[in-house]
Amino acid sequence: MTNDLIHATAAELAAKIHSGEVSSVEVTQAHLDRIAETDGKVNAFLHVDAEGALAQARKVDADVKAGKVVSPLAGVPLALKDVMTTEGVPTTVGSKILEGWLPPYDATVTRKLKEAGVVILGKTNMDEFAMGSSTENSAYGPTHNPWDLDRIPGGSGGGSSAALAAHQAPLAIGTDTGGSIRQPGAVTGTVGVKPTYGGVSRYGLVAFSSSLDQAGPCARTVLDAALLHEIIAGHDEMDSTSINEPVPAVVAAAREGLNGDLSGVRVGVVTQFQGEGYQPGVLRSFQAAVSQLKELGAEIADVSCPSFDYALPAYYLIAPSECSSNLARFDAMRYGLRVGDDGTRSTEEVMSLTREAGFGDEVKRRIMIGTYALSSGYYDAYYGSAQKVRTLITRDFQKAFATFDVLISPTTPTTAFKIGERANDPIAMYKADLCTIPANLAGTPAMSVPSGLSDEDGLPVGLQIMAPALQDHRMYRVAAAYEAARGAFGGPSL
Amino acid sequence: MTSLVELMDYDEVIEKYDPVLGLEVHVELHTNTKMFCGCANEFGGEPNTHTCPTCLGLPGSLPVVNGKAVESAIRIGLALNCEIAEWCRFARKNYFYPDMPKNFQTSQYDEPIAFNGWLDVTLDDGEVIRVEIERAHMEEDTGKSLHVGGATGRIHGAEHSLLDYNRAGVPLIEIVTKMIPGTGRRAPEVARAYVTALRDLLKALDVSDVRMDQGSLRCDANVSLTPKTTGELGTRTETKNVNSLRSVERAVRFEMTRQAAVLASGGTVTQETRHFDESSGSTSPGRKKETAEDYRYFPEPDLVPIAPSREWVEELRGTLPELPWERRARIQKDWNLTDEVLRDLVNAGALDLIEATVVAGAKPDEARSWWVSYLAQQANTRGVELSDLPITPGQVARVIELVNTNALTNKLAREAVNGVLEGEGSPDEVVEKRGLKVVSDDTALEKAVDEALAAQPDVAQKIRDGKVQAAGAIVGAVMKATKGQADAARVREIVLARCS
Repeated sequence: MTNDLIHATAAELAAKIHSGEVSSVEVTQAHLDRIAETDGKVNAFLHVDAEGALAQARKVDADVKAGKVVSPLAGVPLALKDVMTTEGVPTTVGSKILEGWLPPYDATVTRKLKEAGVVILGKTNMDEFAMGSSTENSAYGPTHNPWDLDRIPGGSGGGSSAALAAHQAPLAIGTDTGGSIRQPGAVTGTVGVKPTYGGVSRYGLVAFSSSLDQAGPCARTVLDAALLHEIIAGHDEMDSTSINEPVPAVVAAAREGLNGDLSGVRVGVVTQFQGEGYQPGVLRSFQAAVSQLKELGAEIADVSCPSFDYALPAYYLIAPSECSSNLARFDAMRYGLRVGDDGTRSTEEVMSLTREAGFGDEVKRRIMIGTYALSSGYYDAYYGSAQKVRTLITRDFQKAFATFDVLISPTTPTTAFKIGERANDPIAMYKADLCTIPANLAGTPAMSVPSGLSDEDGLPVGLQIMAPALQDHRMYRVAAAYEAARGAFGGPSL
Repeated sequence: MTSLVELMDYDEVIEKYDPVLGLEVHVELHTNTKMFCGCANEFGGEPNTHTCPTCLGLPGSLPVVNGKAVESAIRIGLALNCEIAEWCRFARKNYFYPDMPKNFQTSQYDEPIAFNGWLDVTLDDGEVIRVEIERAHMEEDTGKSLHVGGATGRIHGAEHSLLDYNRAGVPLIEIVTKMIPGTGRRAPEVARAYVTALRDLLKALDVSDVRMDQGSLRCDANVSLTPKTTGELGTRTETKNVNSLRSVERAVRFEMTRQAAVLASGGTVTQETRHFDESSGSTSPGRKKETAEDYRYFPEPDLVPIAPSREWVEELRGTLPELPWERRARIQKDWNLTDEVLRDLVNAGALDLIEATVVAGAKPDEARSWWVSYLAQQANTRGVELSDLPITPGQVARVIELVNTNALTNKLAREAVNGVLEGEGSPDEVVEKRGLKVVSDDTALEKAVDEALAAQPDVAQKIRDGKVQAAGAIVGAVMKATKGQADAARVREIVLARCS
């Protein structure tokens, strides 16, 4: 029974809970048990809120009994990335500097989940301040990839993706600044979606890079991701950058895709994202996916987006610049860690000692890069140039989308690498986000859907599908159709 | 400490140097809510009670622009004859300070909402100087630090510091002038007149409390000296903590004499922030910075650009009230005042009060007479501004009405005013409490006159002999006997009738 519950999709669980076949408390407990059983090995969770989760589950069960209309995912458990504030529940962002902080407010995403009756199991591990591609930068130890515990689960949202792959939760929330939803999705064999920038409120998302950060749904199936997408998306007057437009009908699009017909859908293959530096097994998996899309009726052709070559360096100026400013508030004055306040030191000394002790190496590296890039005399050359590249990338997307409905590429150049393998080589680490960054810079939606396993190492590979802004439904349709055609590809044994 | 500062004689300063001014004024808008959140925008209040995740800069919080503040900014820009940006953005000004929750201030940098304007400023003698406005931009205020212990109240030497974020996020408009050269000897006066004119303008726009004492209007005065010999622009200092109109003038004058002394002794003026000290009238250097401040401005990614439509801007132009200079022109015409009289009224800070008194029912001449003579004396004696006297224009109008209906003599009227100033209540209450009323009973007056004539027989004889002017002595005695409550004219009539 427990095994059934943890292997079911969110849509299946919701149907069972809402029909009274199984209670949300049972479903929740099954997942809490699974976490207790496996998280010693995986380390997906930084904080498990069993009490809060069961209370929410009981509430949903009472609603179901009372015949009250419940929202589509009410009663289904979810793992929340620790970057989203949760009132009264620890929110560390994977950093020592926020250890012990209990936020006095819920993020809009958190609030919407609670209002929809979704059961929040706890907070998942992540690279500190979402800076990283492996979750090794967490101040609370790395998360392990359930497919191979010696390997990384991707990052920054490795906790959320690993929780899905380990069947600790059927749903998760991630945030994607340069690929932090899609890249972990790809290397753990799960679905990860970065919606259109502004599609999901950032209120309560602890900022890394404000103009790039975007929260999105993570799941094991495309339909589950779509159901979750519609719950968390929508205009929020607390976030000025949230889009005041109707939420794209992604659930309907996913269901349409399940019909298995992509006739007339024009799919562009981005030529920049293949070739040297790409693992052959990843490219073979990608080619197989292309063939499958063709069989489904899609019209496929290559498309060149030359500016995408400059996405990575532009990203590594814009994101650190914004982070250098966003992280300035962590100064020991109001919340979180405070070091050296023994009555003899000045405010500045306490600030410095706290930041020195509280931030990890990668965070410090990016704060320094960003501080430098924004300095007077360097601003135009660095931040200014990077913004121009951003405009060029947006134009490449616009040009490509004039011809194609969606664009595709591998999500990542390689499958999951070994923990520690790239820890001392930041550039190699940064390359994990090579294919995912352009969509962040352009603010367009993109997702990763598993394309099976690489034939050389048996590890999951992701297919990235990109769509124009506000056309999130297009990629859901293609992804759902592909997912159905692809079929099952097994799972990790834990 | 300040006594060690060398100062040059002012005449000598003017002989050798041309002062160049630049004024930055910060105005707190009195919108209901803060710039980027829904917290109450109120002066005072228990510390940290008007706060939320956004104005505390808590992780994850985001700003949302207060539309009313943008509206006020545009109206200020229009009143200052500025161009209004068709598109502008906020920017982050990055620096660390404990009372700034995010360690960056959300401000505007190279894309201000209003720019290229001017304000005509009238000096005490009526000369009009046009001060050019560089820009007016929107930003948020910081919290307040309270340094406890230590002698100075400043951070150095304090035992500990307390932080109050009630003010954090209050909407500010910063109004920056272009360089103001060529004012010579009158530079300090120009500085004061500019801030005064700006204050009156902002008051008329009803966008701010413009209370310098409460910090809702704050002025930073930039001063540099150009040696007449070289004509080269000198290094400027920026004086902060200038909390009254008078201080603006004093601070500029002090800096001119100080900088001149530095230059004359072969030194160089250091570009620095200085603090004005009200009690000594001097400026002292702020905390030395080891490196030049680099605020690393960049466009605020949490906010979308502001693009006020031309229709909206024109609509707001239509909401501009009668501006101070327009009002002055109207009043001068309506009341038929000479330039000189108008200027005196303006300089005395009496114009508003007189107009309000007129609105309350008094005639312009009567109202003017009260405010510029008796009440001006009272203000002078008490060492306060005319507008700070504890009497309202409505109360003054009532006193005038009591005189016009012969309920009070002028002398009694002054006593009624004194009562109001002493806090005894309204004019009618003072009249009641002090028993102020004109003695109009002829029998009582005749009796008092007879007694006075009997007491001074020689004077009485002189009157009977036709020396009418001698009647004054008897009138005076009667007024004294009746404690001033008699109508002096009537008393005189009775005296003359008795002696005829």
